[in-house]
Amino acid sequence: MAAKESSLLKLVLTLTLVSLFAAAALASVYVITKEPIAQSSQKKKSNAIQAIIQSYNPETGHIQSETVNIEGEEEPITVHIAYQDETVLGIVVETYTNKAFGGRFDIMVGFDVEKDIVLGTEVLSHGETPGLGDKIDKKKSDFSIQFNGKNLAEMNLKVKKEGGEVDAITAATISSKAFCDALERGQKAYLLIKEKLNLNPEQAASEPNNNEEVAL
Amino acid sequence: MSKLSIVTKGFIKENPTLVLVLGTCPALAVTTSVENGIGMGLATTFVLVLSNMFISLLRKITPNEVRIPIFIVVIATFVSIVDLLIQGFVPALAESLGLFIPLIVVNCIVLGRAEAFASKNGVFDSMLDGLGMGIGFTIALVIIGTIREILGSGSILGYEIPFMKGNEILIFVLAPGAFFVFGYVIALTRAFQKK
Repeated sequence: MAAKESSLLKLVLTLTLVSLFAAAALASVYVITKEPIAQSSQKKKSNAIQAIIQSYNPETGHIQSETVNIEGEEEPITVHIAYQDETVLGIVVETYTNKAFGGRFDIMVGFDVEKDIVLGTEVLSHGETPGLGDKIDKKKSDFSIQFNGKNLAEMNLKVKKEGGEVDAITAATISSKAFCDALERGQKAYLLIKEKLNLNPEQAASEPNNNEEVAL
Repeated sequence: MSKLSIVTKGFIKENPTLVLVLGTCPALAVTTSVENGIGMGLATTFVLVLSNMFISLLRKITPNEVRIPIFIVVIATFVSIVDLLIQGFVPALAESLGLFIPLIVVNCIVLGRAEAFASKNGVFDSMLDGLGMGIGFTIALVIIGTIREILGSGSILGYEIPFMKGNEILIFVLAPGAFFVFGYVIALTRAFQKK
């Protein structure tokens, strides 16, 4: 009996010690890597903005970041507005979907404010299957390029199988539909921010004055 | 057993995927192309070598009854640390290997080698075993990936093959194709071994 009890104690002790050590190791690595990971994800985002809005020059222009809340959704969407002096070069929306094969993925969609068309998309992070769903990234396939130059409001964002206009990735229909879901969310956020900034091309010149009058 | 044979036995004789039939989940899921096979193989090799060394270090203080939970804690901790370090300091590598790293936690080759080899052998031998098994796993993934990419995508390492491009057999990049190729490669390995 005594031998058994001491061995039980030993089991509990060893397991506790190993777990404690593992937890401590993980916690310290997390603390060490937190800053570099945040930096590299920030860098990735600014590179993505640069890649989408090619006319943006980080030395002379500036980026204004805002968040918008889409009705009926909890998570606010971050939107980056790229400026050159006072002209808006484009709007980049950080959108996401929860309907992906790997749960969630985050993409950036850039819009041209004058023509309301998509300038480009960049994948920030995803957990789709290598070789199938990861083709949402334009480095892997031409899937995402089909949206460039399109006005999403006028486009039927469904895959062809379901009567829409989107050419789905072969064998990755779920990822393709999830991509459309993210684009739809991006489009909503884009329209909201555009309304907020009063960026309608015809009114752009007169609007600021109106605002001032209202403020006075 | 000589040091060299500890390494080389993983290549064919005790190939983890083709002979021991371990780690079939990643072997089927990520082998749609050669590149993915190489990525998964190398990431697993790295984790295998280090986890084998750790398990071997701990083998004297590990009570037999709780060895499996301890192995799992060590492996999972190790994979998470590798994941965080790569994301933080080598973002370029995280881009290409990031998808595979979380898959390694559930790869039973790592647990299998901890149980079958590292818990009974010294640190250096365990390291060699991890290296050999990792290379064997990579070889298997590259073979399966090559066949699937040529037949299913008409290319190899992303480069198009003149006749195959346009005549792809799509099923080979889908799940059933993975099973077909896997089955045939195992059969061929067996036939080769019997000689």
